[in-house]
Amino acid sequence: MTLNISSNTKYVLESADFQQLIDVLVDMGYRVIGPTLDHNAVTYDDITSVTDLPIGWTDEQNAATYRLISRADEAFFGYVIAPQSWKKFLYPSQVRLWQATLANGSFEVAPEPEKSQPMAFIGVRACELHAIAIQDKIFLEGDYVDPTYHANRENLFMVAVNCGQAGGTCFCTSVNTGPKVETGYDLALTEVIDPETHYFVVEIGTERGRQVVEQLSVRAADKREAKLPKSITDQTATQMKRYLNTDGIKELLYANFENARWDDIAQRCLACTNCTMVCPTCFCTTVEDMTDLTGQQAERTRKWDSCFTMDFSYIHGGSVRYTSKSRYRQWMTHKLATWIDQFGTLGCVGCGRCITWCPAGIDITAELEAIRQTKGTAEAKKEVSNENVG
Amino acid sequence: MTHEKKQKPKLAVWKFASCDGCQLSILDCEDELLVVAGAVEIAYFPEATRAVVRGPYDVSLVEGSVTTYHDAKRIQQIRANSKFLVTIGACATSGGIQALRNFKNVDDFIRIVYARPSYIETLERSTPIAEHVFVDFELRGCPINKYQLVEVLSAYLHGRKPNTPAYSVCVECKRRGTTCVMVASGTPCLGPVTHAGCGALCPAYHRGCYGCFGPMETPNTASLSAQWQALGVDEEGLVRAFRGFNAYSEAFRKESQAHEHDDD
Repeated sequence: MTLNISSNTKYVLESADFQQLIDVLVDMGYRVIGPTLDHNAVTYDDITSVTDLPIGWTDEQNAATYRLISRADEAFFGYVIAPQSWKKFLYPSQVRLWQATLANGSFEVAPEPEKSQPMAFIGVRACELHAIAIQDKIFLEGDYVDPTYHANRENLFMVAVNCGQAGGTCFCTSVNTGPKVETGYDLALTEVIDPETHYFVVEIGTERGRQVVEQLSVRAADKREAKLPKSITDQTATQMKRYLNTDGIKELLYANFENARWDDIAQRCLACTNCTMVCPTCFCTTVEDMTDLTGQQAERTRKWDSCFTMDFSYIHGGSVRYTSKSRYRQWMTHKLATWIDQFGTLGCVGCGRCITWCPAGIDITAELEAIRQTKGTAEAKKEVSNENVG
Repeated sequence: MTHEKKQKPKLAVWKFASCDGCQLSILDCEDELLVVAGAVEIAYFPEATRAVVRGPYDVSLVEGSVTTYHDAKRIQQIRANSKFLVTIGACATSGGIQALRNFKNVDDFIRIVYARPSYIETLERSTPIAEHVFVDFELRGCPINKYQLVEVLSAYLHGRKPNTPAYSVCVECKRRGTTCVMVASGTPCLGPVTHAGCGALCPAYHRGCYGCFGPMETPNTASLSAQWQALGVDEEGLVRAFRGFNAYSEAFRKESQAHEHDDD
């Protein structure tokens, strides 16, 4: 390519040339993962061709409903977000940690080999970048680095895509995680589609990203095109239908450990764990130890767990949180309050998955508001400031 | 532990009112079956072998529900002859599909089905084994999952707790990456109230869960019914859904009864 690619410039990649991006990443040795059409949803999975993308499809999301519907255009990224987040690749639902063999009266432990092929994600939304940043903090910082997460996260190539539309359960604007991609990407794309044109405005976030763009047939964006990432996401922000009021949120929840609303939620909560499984920041796991029939082989598997199961809080004598009331309260209070003490941020990025995928349609934004309203905002605030919680 | 004398534990498999499907799951273990046969002495298993080794037995696997006076006595003898008694499958654990009789008058069925009703001697209800004797472990499923059966036997042989979690089928769906059929397609699914163990088989084939493994640990059946009604399922449909293979399990029984309105 003759163009001298600079990280400070925005470029235009025609949709007809999008395959180049996939090919370049594959040639660089990446396992490329992006949105693709499953039976009844747009899910994230391995892709090799632009035809794997959910071209011309979108999703309509609301509490407890998700419908795949066709769009009037041929947009590549015209959906909102997939049912499950990128967590399933970075922090897989099931990982064998080690195997052991009985030999000469003792066990020989064989650790699992680390997987080495680096992954490239195409289509990461702003809220999802924030979720990954939160999990980075959990798994990569502090005294204990998680080896599985580290191996998957290292060398991850991130192609973010700005949201051209808000979903029915989105509330990223109220938790400051979107809809515009701001940080944490190698490349950020904004899809521009109208009857005459279909192209992507490309923003470069890292040197690695710049090197990839060098291998693509791009041209420099003109002034109007360079403004599109902002103007399109500004438009998306106006479509946001839900709102999480984070004003004094930690104190509010700490002051409402006892609240009739928890009983009301428990009437509806199935304790099925769906909210935690689809949450891009939820990180709890359990380990299962297995021996085979002969007793010669043993292995330990780590699996996604949930604070909604009875085993999760099982200690000598039984489960501590044996009512679904206590389990929902634990989950929501962790997401929106204790997480702040623990990790310095909210545990919620406003992706809305817990609302869409709750079979009972429980809406975390509405429940928080109901708790706020039970005392009346002003009164609750006054009480909280007097209590000096924390 | 069980290996002290280097004598293999004696295993017996007993059949009560059932379709034999769970016993077939044992035979279906294929690769693992030889290992099972190596680890235990198969002392009584008419479905597999005529050879009979006399009791007492270390482990008894009991399939089927109690539906006759004769069986009600027989289970007492089996319990007395077994150190560790495991029920396998929905019949033995909750009464099975034949427990549908429990919701009606059994004599009405007998009159309709048999030419000479007076020949039939049966109990009014089909009941799980645990209603008659102490059960050491209940393995769910219609039929049972063969991997779970091997896990229960392995756990027993090595003196550990089996990994057969009681959470919902949803956990298994999400772990395997299946998109929720209820949310994404409006397909009524019993998954949120059903005990895991099948590996979320039906939703992986775009079907709703039929509840083969019975109620999960904390089933909120009323909430799920409300969601089914929102999807257009009527009261009759709800009664049918909860009256499957685990109709007589407490949670499903109560939920089906809550939607049954006697008009006649």
